[in-house]
Amino acid sequence: MNFDPRFSGRNFTSVGTRPIRPDGVDKVTGRARYGADFNMAGQLVGRILRSPHAHAVIRKIDTSKAEKLAGVKAVITAADLPDLTDGDTAMYDILDNSMARKKALYDGHAVAAVAAIDARTARQALKLIEVEYEVLPHVTDVDEAMKHSAPLINDAIFTEGLEEKPVKPSNVCKRTQYGHGDVHQGFAEADMIVERSFKTEQTHQGYIEPHACVASVNADGTADLWVCTQGHFVYRQHCAQLLGLEVSKLRVTSSEIGGGFGGKTHVWAEPVALALSRKAGRPVKLVMTREEVFRASGPTSATSIDVKIGAKKDGTITAAEATLRYTCGPYAGMWAEIGAMTAFACYRLENVKTVGYEVLVNRPKTAAYRAPSAPMAAFAVESAVDELAKEIGMDPVEFRIKNAAQEGTRASYGPVYGPIGIGPTLEAVKNHPHMKAPLKANQGRGMACGFWFNFGGQTCTDLNIGMDGSVSLAVGTVDVGGSRASLSLVAAEELGIAYEHVKAVVADTSSLGYNDMTDGSRGTFSSSMATISAARNAIKVLRERAAQMWDIPVDDVAWEKGHAVAKGATHGNLAPLSLKEIAAQSGKTGGPIAGHSELVADGAGVSFATHICDIEVDPETGATRVIRYTVVQDAGKAVHPTYVEGQYQGGAAQGIGWALNEEYIYGKDGRLQNPGFLDYRIPVCSDLPMIDTQILEIPNPNHPYGVRGVGETSIVPPLAAIANAVSNAVGVRMTHIPMSPPRILAALEAEREG
Amino acid sequence: MAGVAVSTTINGDLVEYLCQPDETLLEVLRDRLGLTGAKEGCGTGDCGACSVIVDNRLVCSCLVLGAEAEGRQIETIEGMAHGDQLHPLQQKFLEHAALQCGVCTPGFLIAAKDLLAKNPSPTEEEIRFGLAGNLCRCTGYDKIVRAVQDAANVMKGA
Repeated sequence: MNFDPRFSGRNFTSVGTRPIRPDGVDKVTGRARYGADFNMAGQLVGRILRSPHAHAVIRKIDTSKAEKLAGVKAVITAADLPDLTDGDTAMYDILDNSMARKKALYDGHAVAAVAAIDARTARQALKLIEVEYEVLPHVTDVDEAMKHSAPLINDAIFTEGLEEKPVKPSNVCKRTQYGHGDVHQGFAEADMIVERSFKTEQTHQGYIEPHACVASVNADGTADLWVCTQGHFVYRQHCAQLLGLEVSKLRVTSSEIGGGFGGKTHVWAEPVALALSRKAGRPVKLVMTREEVFRASGPTSATSIDVKIGAKKDGTITAAEATLRYTCGPYAGMWAEIGAMTAFACYRLENVKTVGYEVLVNRPKTAAYRAPSAPMAAFAVESAVDELAKEIGMDPVEFRIKNAAQEGTRASYGPVYGPIGIGPTLEAVKNHPHMKAPLKANQGRGMACGFWFNFGGQTCTDLNIGMDGSVSLAVGTVDVGGSRASLSLVAAEELGIAYEHVKAVVADTSSLGYNDMTDGSRGTFSSSMATISAARNAIKVLRERAAQMWDIPVDDVAWEKGHAVAKGATHGNLAPLSLKEIAAQSGKTGGPIAGHSELVADGAGVSFATHICDIEVDPETGATRVIRYTVVQDAGKAVHPTYVEGQYQGGAAQGIGWALNEEYIYGKDGRLQNPGFLDYRIPVCSDLPMIDTQILEIPNPNHPYGVRGVGETSIVPPLAAIANAVSNAVGVRMTHIPMSPPRILAALEAEREG
Repeated sequence: MAGVAVSTTINGDLVEYLCQPDETLLEVLRDRLGLTGAKEGCGTGDCGACSVIVDNRLVCSCLVLGAEAEGRQIETIEGMAHGDQLHPLQQKFLEHAALQCGVCTPGFLIAAKDLLAKNPSPTEEEIRFGLAGNLCRCTGYDKIVRAVQDAANVMKGA
């Protein structure tokens, strides 16, 4: 059916209210079932053996002793996951990452796995597997890996994107470039130029729930997978392809998900669990330990970025340039490319050029982490922007306002913007009371802007109306933080009924058509679009049924406030029929009433935010404390404002951890030194202040209610905002994230020594 | 390996089980007794997702052996509501949207209950330090602190 997704102004009844989420009671009573909370009859325990080496050829694996241990039901290696990827290199990389085929490419890379009757037996069995390694030289640092002398991670990789095809393989798998205009000319026009180099360390999404699944492969080729994932349809696709199953015979059920932030967007141990189940002939439960999550899931890139920005004395930026190098782990990625696209997206620039280099290193495969790649690029650019404003003698907010992108601006990554929120967030920050709050000694204030694309994607939704008039909404986007509440609000809004009469669930892969995963801030954006479309389709049926009940033409029936209303002078005596009344008669008027929708949710409106923070630095110890923090972000339309605030606050908190403390620390042996929450310390309650939020609503023209994605942009500005605050507090430009106490002390010392 | 016979009280009910000497209380709760409300986020006592109260003391159940539960009084998230009646902390967590993914929520509720039992009128700072043993990666803690403050006020008034 034709669906018009364009924005049209309206007065909302349900959307914009703040009801309790439908899955809330289960979650406060402990009844909600997450990945590790599901069990099947006869289930075995799966465990994975992982490489202790950062880079090593796997010469031989002897599993015979493990197989003989009483209680062991299956032992597998890469040989039990034959390559069915048929030239699909991205899938081959996922397969190789699930179970190393020839070489172990990082500390923690899976090399074998067992399924046994209990955890103790499985652990014992792992110790009985003998692996013969030939240890190779390794490289974990991004700049080191780019040198010609660096150990080569994959000799089949030749740098893509160069003018001439290289003759030698390289750890740089791709070069990309974005921009327009002539930066040389632009810099020639500049009165002031700031040029700086920055580094950021690798961080982990740090979801509290480790990866967990139960896999059950039957003798008839059917299979079930219960798993915590951001995209069960994507997991089905991956697993079916890697295991050689028919897609429709593998049913994947997404459990409640205990955080993902991008880290649960593709498969890790799930193909291993399925292969174990296939070999053992029994269901297998496989749960990662926290140490495995750190060593062998997908953290973000470590980066090295050079930025150069020039401006005239009046504050007009004349040229901007950046070179961005991002680690991908040992497999090709497009992380630097995303960084290159987002770096200058906040600004209106005539001359801009960004170059990205994707760099292979002996670290775990990089995965998405909330607005992936954008925070590091923003850290470098927004630090340089602040410095340039200072050199020119302009207020940093005014400087940004002067150069902010507007509707009609050609973005540095190509497209021309529609209505956008960067200017309004800056104006809101300029007028925010936070900017006038007094600062004490050793305290500094910083601010920074951030951008994220947002994504729409394939979406499918079913809306079924029960005979009592209540509504079941089946969506296919995993609920990572309250989207069942927001989508119930949208269904209630469109149908004109109370929120309490809508119950949203996340349907499994056999019950609904394909949905892309919950990424790109698409959950509420795309599924609300599909929900509106499904509800409008249901309303069409409701009008037809009412017309039948009244025996009048359907064109004379309108839908208003949850009721069918007869229009026209001849029907003046017909009292409106409620949805409930129509539903009650559905058995006699044509059967169940439902609305469905399958669409590609194009037109995700881009998202901008500006953050302000105050940081106190102890000059004796280098310790930092966040004193105040404010997030201003455009939501398009906040469907459930409390959960929108939650997204703003959560992203800010993750950014604070990244800016000040979190990092992967590798030893000289290439082994991760801090694979646990004690040594990889994420912010705790006593580390943070209240996080103030301000929601702006600049409607997205491509969504009926004006909704934009809100989940990711909030992690983009914090690294830069905090770096600017720390730099202002200590009087030294901070260029290396995280700004842990030793780094701050080192920067102060370097400044003293001149 | 011979199992250890344990007799204990969980959420007011007498419970008996056999466990291995090296099995944690968290493993017993989740894998033997089906009480999966306590979560394993780390297994090393760093995240607090497995928080339970043993004899009025807040503990990480991943750091307690199942055998140590003999003769104790254990409170878990499953015992926090009275039938249909949610505990004020549970209600306020819902009203304030103090959870997003919710996997840390059982641990936070148990820790907050223990905090308010010992300090019915905590300041914001006391709440923040009282809950510093529980990790949440979604919320930034703002709404959790507000929910606990609100619940404390309700509980004092009750």
